[in-house]
Amino acid sequence: MEIIPKGTWVEIEDVILTPEQRAPSLPEETKKVPYVLRASGFLIKDGQLGKEVTIKTIIGRELTGLLKTVNPGYTHSFGKTVRELLTIGTEWEDK
Amino acid sequence: MTSRDLSYEAVLSRKNEIMKSSMQLDYEDFISSPIAFDYERMMSATGYSMDDILRIQRDTKVGNTPLYELKNLTNAVRRISTPGKGARIFVKDEASNASGSFKARRASISAYDAQKKGYKGIIAATSGNYGAAVASQAAQRGLKCIIVQELYDSRGVGQPEIIEKARACEAYGAEVLKLTVGPELFYMLLRTLEETGFFNASLYTPFGIRGVESLGFEIAAQCRQMIGKDPEAVVVTHAGGGNLTGTARGLHIAGAKSTRIIAASVDLTGLHMASDRDFNRKSFTTGHTGFGIPFATWPDRVDVPRNAARSMRYMDEYHLVTQGEVFYTTELLTKIEGLERGPAGNISLTAAISLARQMDQDQVIVVQETEYTGAGKHHNSQLSFARENGIEVRRGDPAEDKPGKTIILPQHLSQIQSKPQDIDHLRKSYLANAASRYPVEKWSKTDFDFLAQDVKQTTDWVHQNLPV
Repeated sequence: MEIIPKGTWVEIEDVILTPEQRAPSLPEETKKVPYVLRASGFLIKDGQLGKEVTIKTIIGRELTGLLKTVNPGYTHSFGKTVRELLTIGTEWEDK
Repeated sequence: MTSRDLSYEAVLSRKNEIMKSSMQLDYEDFISSPIAFDYERMMSATGYSMDDILRIQRDTKVGNTPLYELKNLTNAVRRISTPGKGARIFVKDEASNASGSFKARRASISAYDAQKKGYKGIIAATSGNYGAAVASQAAQRGLKCIIVQELYDSRGVGQPEIIEKARACEAYGAEVLKLTVGPELFYMLLRTLEETGFFNASLYTPFGIRGVESLGFEIAAQCRQMIGKDPEAVVVTHAGGGNLTGTARGLHIAGAKSTRIIAASVDLTGLHMASDRDFNRKSFTTGHTGFGIPFATWPDRVDVPRNAARSMRYMDEYHLVTQGEVFYTTELLTKIEGLERGPAGNISLTAAISLARQMDQDQVIVVQETEYTGAGKHHNSQLSFARENGIEVRRGDPAEDKPGKTIILPQHLSQIQSKPQDIDHLRKSYLANAASRYPVEKWSKTDFDFLAQDVKQTTDWVHQNLPV
């Protein structure tokens, strides 16, 4: 498996509470899934995807979890145009 | 790493000691019973005057935001109102604070206090604009910052609005703990406070609420300068209650005692806040009834021993609007006023359209915030995401809006009709919540007086409306 070198910016995933360990009185659909953390940081040692690694976060804290993503980024956008919005406030419709 | 017991129950049982060391504020000094506490003494125990607050905020690019008159919107409202009606609508452009929202005010005093007391860093648990605000203030004060945020459902999917808010925190240099849906956010906050020894910049401390007082204070000063009087009404987007409480207190400090304080929330009735399934069926992540109603009727459901945000103390009216009405208003603000702002900041503006129609033309209604916009934090992003998640989006009559199923964008401005809530009913719910925590038989005179103040009524009213 590919080695992800030390110092790479990655995202880890860690199960904080299993379904049995979660808070009481949760809705059914929430109760049956674990409580999961994701966080980003620099790999302290070489690692592999899906394996346990330790990272140093941007403020220097060490966190441990499974290596989930290499070089995580953001892809959120303005979305596909919602046509129904376009004419609001224009001469196409009176206000 | 700590070797202490990190189970849910064990961490929560250490709540009081964690809270005390993470703020150096001993709530026991103010508490006199399971209900009553000395609210004003707690607020002044922060040790800051309004002048201090204004000075601290100026140092970190907070406050002095513009107050704009929305003349085109006012004219549009007048065209659909009966002759003589249609109050002048003003908006306080809070997007111009560092980090892009009024939450900078709320974070600024906490960050200042944390630095003064020698903490190395600050932590806040929030999925709102508050995270970016804390991160931005921490960056300016050389403090480390951790934001604990509910971000994803169990599939790892998150609202574009929340994803953007996480991005903003990271942009300001914060470590973001990105969590799945659940009330265990509070557990994670406690655990992280204990691990790091950082300052707890909770949304609900006296520092947070005192920071918002400058917003109301500035509104009074700006209105007097621009129109020569105090506004007849100020509309505030209401969720946890801090925006309303701080703004109202600031208006009072400025002497604007006759201004009506009107709360506005988006109606998300029927969607469960701790539900992994409902999480991404909401198109608003704050400013909605899922926070607004429970926090109004029992403020002390928070991450500190007593909540400094007590909205019923100051609220004169409470109005609900639909998601579709807010998205319509957001587009209208952009197109006719040339102000592109985030949708969550326009909840109160939507209610103001409806309220201005009932008010005389010489009256003034102030919308007290806007928020920044961008990819994710945009009405098109939220509507596009909703549509991809099976929510029907169409033009029509907003009365047919069904949270989690349908978002109806009004066909016409005249269809925006905010729904006034029965405030006395909310007051009675508050009393019932108090009674469920501490039986009425045990209430002392201090408790009755406290409750009367907390619901903006007389002690006699409380006696006459005891829960059965």
